[in-house]
Amino acid sequence: MDDSDLAVRVTGLQKRYGEKRAVDGLDLTVARGEIVAVLGPNGAGKTTTVEILEGYRHRDGGDVRVLGGDPQTAGREWRARIGIVLQGTNDLAEATVSELVHHFARYYPDPRDPEEVIEAVGLREKARTRTRQLSGGQRRRLDVALGIVGRPELLFLDEPTTGFDPEARHAFWDLVSGLRDGGTTILLTTHYLEEAEHLADRVAVVRSGRVVAVDTPADLGGRSARQAVVRWTEGGAPRSERTDSPTALVAALGARLGGEVPGLQVVRPTLEDVYLGLIADDEDSTPAARPALATTEAAR
Amino acid sequence: MSTTTLDRTAAGRLPGTLRLGVDRARYEIRGFFRERDAIIFIFAYPIIMLAIFATVFGQDGAEVADGVPFAQYFLPGMIATGVLLSSFQSLAISIPVERDEGGLKRLGGTPLPPAAYFLGKVGQVLVVSVVQVGLLLAVAALLFDVDMPDASGWATFAWVFVLGVAAGAVCGVGFSSLPRSGRSASAVVTPVVLVLQFISGVFFAFYDLPSWMQQVASVFPLKWMAQGMRSVFLPDEAASLEPSGSWQHGATAAVLLAWLVVGLVVGVRTFRWRRRDDG
Repeated sequence: MDDSDLAVRVTGLQKRYGEKRAVDGLDLTVARGEIVAVLGPNGAGKTTTVEILEGYRHRDGGDVRVLGGDPQTAGREWRARIGIVLQGTNDLAEATVSELVHHFARYYPDPRDPEEVIEAVGLREKARTRTRQLSGGQRRRLDVALGIVGRPELLFLDEPTTGFDPEARHAFWDLVSGLRDGGTTILLTTHYLEEAEHLADRVAVVRSGRVVAVDTPADLGGRSARQAVVRWTEGGAPRSERTDSPTALVAALGARLGGEVPGLQVVRPTLEDVYLGLIADDEDSTPAARPALATTEAAR
Repeated sequence: MSTTTLDRTAAGRLPGTLRLGVDRARYEIRGFFRERDAIIFIFAYPIIMLAIFATVFGQDGAEVADGVPFAQYFLPGMIATGVLLSSFQSLAISIPVERDEGGLKRLGGTPLPPAAYFLGKVGQVLVVSVVQVGLLLAVAALLFDVDMPDASGWATFAWVFVLGVAAGAVCGVGFSSLPRSGRSASAVVTPVVLVLQFISGVFFAFYDLPSWMQQVASVFPLKWMAQGMRSVFLPDEAASLEPSGSWQHGATAAVLLAWLVVGLVVGVRTFRWRRRDDG
């Protein structure tokens, strides 16, 4: 892939805090127009990585290109092309939604129409409400409005739906999908596997400051991690077997056990199973090569 | 939403710092006047202090000197302290709070230049100070019969006021990096302001203070702002009450300018969008 097709290219990124290596040789690319979700446990280096890409932090090593620029030294022109939605801000209390979106629009050379943005994030009804009086979900939508009003080519979303109820989360996903359809590249960090599965074109799993797997949500972890597990009961004991051809196995079992197979289950590992396998703390094995021992494995 | 993102051809130019500074000032002023508790404190404090000191010291028609009642003597100090409150103190406290709440980090992620943020703060401080001092002067003239100055007095008032507000504002920005958090900000800033008020001739007649205290106060801008304002509101003969025996306009301008420059340099060098413990 040509560099001009990449919104983000990170190679060998290093960041230390004292003795701790928060980011330790991280590689990541995000193509223009795609949504990439970065998953990982707390302390894996997600936020540090994203904040380096956003230009908030300086790296100790490695190479970083974001929209062709180095975030560490890029200026206002570069800032005008990215949008950032931070987690856990509690500012802006006394201004109304409409005032804020209009005000932030003025920072940018080619902003979106603020009224359109307010409409798009579903805050039309709340346009004249002060930020202080918004619910958590509405605040988050305002954060997104302020992040996209500058018409960013690349949008960073840091755990955007933490604390949302399911309905608000689904509405938010529609909003993000709409942005992608409008051509915005999105780098998303999240704790929710469901969110990554729903939104992301590709998922990058970060563990101990490194990307241990990156793929589409359907293929993450490789083929072996996606093998079906067939479980049944035979001779009073639970049995299970991993297989690429569960249908053949079930047919064989049926023939052998003469009819109905007791306790039959065919299970496909979920993204969550694969993810938990990937981040399982096992320093000896090479994470990418190791088959994800999903929770289904525990049934053996 | 928009589908023009990919095929946008000629992007507009980045808005200028000055224009953004004006936008920020408008935004900050609107925010300020919506925080009613802060308004009452900032506007009423110098007025209440003037009323208390003028009443307590001026009992039975006591005067500082012949024809100079206490209300007239304390008014300049209250103007100076009002400016210190609405410039230095309000910025040195509010900026750490904004930093804590993530508001500064948010701004740091936009193309807004820091200079425009500072300009907005200075604009807000200027407007608030004008309203505050206007109210104080109205109360002093109407309730305490303090004589208002002539045209040349107003000219002096104008430059002392503008220099004082500007120096206070940039020093507030510079000082704002010192408190570790928004919560500790007022505990760190308030004692500094209080001590300055006591040693700079705001609450006591400056000539009554021990000379070492006068010398310490001479390092800081509040003493000079108060002295400059005394030169506006007191009769010329009252200059003999100053330790130096004159109004020292040159020194006043020099010290305020020096603090303006120092505050600017320190502010620009130490300003952080993010909290100290945020990486």
